[in-house]
Amino acid sequence: MIKKELIIIGGGPAGLSAAKMAVDSNLDVLLIDRSPSLGGQLIKQTHKFFGSKKQNAKMRGIDIAKKLINDVKDYKNLEILSNATVVGLYLDKVLTVFYDGKYVRYQADAVIVATGASEKFLAFENNDLPGIYGAGAIQTLMNVYGVLPGKDVLMIGSGNIGLIVTYQLLQAGVNVKGIVEAAPKIGGYKVHASKVRRLGVPIMTSTTIKRAVGKDCLEAVEIISLDEKWQEIPGTNKIIDVDTLCISVGLSPMHQILSMVNAKMKYIPELGGVVAVVDDINQTSVESIFVCGDALGIEEASSAMMEGYLTGLNVAKYLRKPHPDSENLIHNYHQELDLLRNGPFGQKTLIGLQKLKETSHA
Amino acid sequence: MLNQTGIPSKDQVLSRFPKENDLLKPKAILECYEDIPCNPCATSCPFDAIDIGENINKQPVLDVDKCTGCSVCVTSCPGLAISVAQLVGEKAVFKIPYEFIPLPNPNDIWKGVNRAGEVICDATIEKVVSSKIMDRTALLTVSVPRNYLHEFITVRKP
Repeated sequence: MIKKELIIIGGGPAGLSAAKMAVDSNLDVLLIDRSPSLGGQLIKQTHKFFGSKKQNAKMRGIDIAKKLINDVKDYKNLEILSNATVVGLYLDKVLTVFYDGKYVRYQADAVIVATGASEKFLAFENNDLPGIYGAGAIQTLMNVYGVLPGKDVLMIGSGNIGLIVTYQLLQAGVNVKGIVEAAPKIGGYKVHASKVRRLGVPIMTSTTIKRAVGKDCLEAVEIISLDEKWQEIPGTNKIIDVDTLCISVGLSPMHQILSMVNAKMKYIPELGGVVAVVDDINQTSVESIFVCGDALGIEEASSAMMEGYLTGLNVAKYLRKPHPDSENLIHNYHQELDLLRNGPFGQKTLIGLQKLKETSHA
Repeated sequence: MLNQTGIPSKDQVLSRFPKENDLLKPKAILECYEDIPCNPCATSCPFDAIDIGENINKQPVLDVDKCTGCSVCVTSCPGLAISVAQLVGEKAVFKIPYEFIPLPNPNDIWKGVNRAGEVICDATIEKVVSSKIMDRTALLTVSVPRNYLHEFITVRKP
């Protein structure tokens, strides 16, 4: 058994940011990620990011990933394990990690779960035909490996990911025939919507997918309009010929590893699904096990970074090795997080976090 | 309309254009119509002409007198929501962000496109700039007939 002071599960924006504060606090840290490279979803994000300077605004996601990795890579007190999957987490903070064909066991004084999120999928006829992808898969193919997913695409979902992936498909020379959105209005930032609209991509709100058509692979998609009660309007069916369907209908927090230690969980739709009940420093109901980033509620990467920094600082303090500038930094990152959530797009998160707080006090 | 289609209304667009007299010099047109947490336009402006304030969720406000049309904000805006416009005789001259390859060449005639993605006119490419600090967002100087001042938004390869 290998012992560490802190083990962080997940090397995306939240995990890397937590790692930075933890190593600056002189903790002996292990960062585990299942992918070949650190950075999480940032390594697929070719667009410039929103936010303010503290969140690296106007840097492209790919470059934010490089910066976050750079920020931690030279520390002797940080060990990074890539291509490694945490398959077990136990009450005594023992982790079983599948790495290099072997099961390795670690034990930590504290664990931060920064596992991020997984994509939601949609139920419709023939949804298993080749040519139907989640938006994350399309980004991986296109932006990590340089492989085009198809020729003609229909996008399902007008959240920020749907809008951004549409833009990236257009940049790659792929024809996007439209964006279908079941809600009566566009889900993501309107600047992203305007950006793809002026490039000629129609956005169809109050519309949903009825079925996929094709024999061996996707050949067409049938869509249908919805009324204000989200009921299909008969006779409004339309067939759109495409070889690729991209599904971008939201994310759910990856909470599963926390269920292994029986952490108290709660379903909070505003946060994207089932999340761990946490206290003020993001500690779960299981002592010394913490959670941050999208695993605790779906937000933008900018918020995940701020939450990662905060959780790293709080865990260092919890382990009695506070960062030299602990109080000041905790205050600042709290302020930044509050600021990011202070607009209309932050309302949902604030409501969700309020519900979570009520639960933990109950 | 913006919420359903991604196309801002005519009133929204006009609200972001200064008076025609002011446009004899180049001025930034800030087409950010929604409170989102973002402020690189304000922090990048070398002339302090764009104000968002402490709450970064607020929409940017342009001080027309301070704006020199330098276009730093155009390539700084992560939403590609800023252009610079100027009236020069019978032409409206724009500086727009562009993130597609191939880039056009000066003197090329490309298609001028409106906010709905429809081709509306010919657009003459005057200048193409792409520098390291612009981080792969090129700045195109494009001229179109003056009467497309409020309609033109981008170019498309013919």
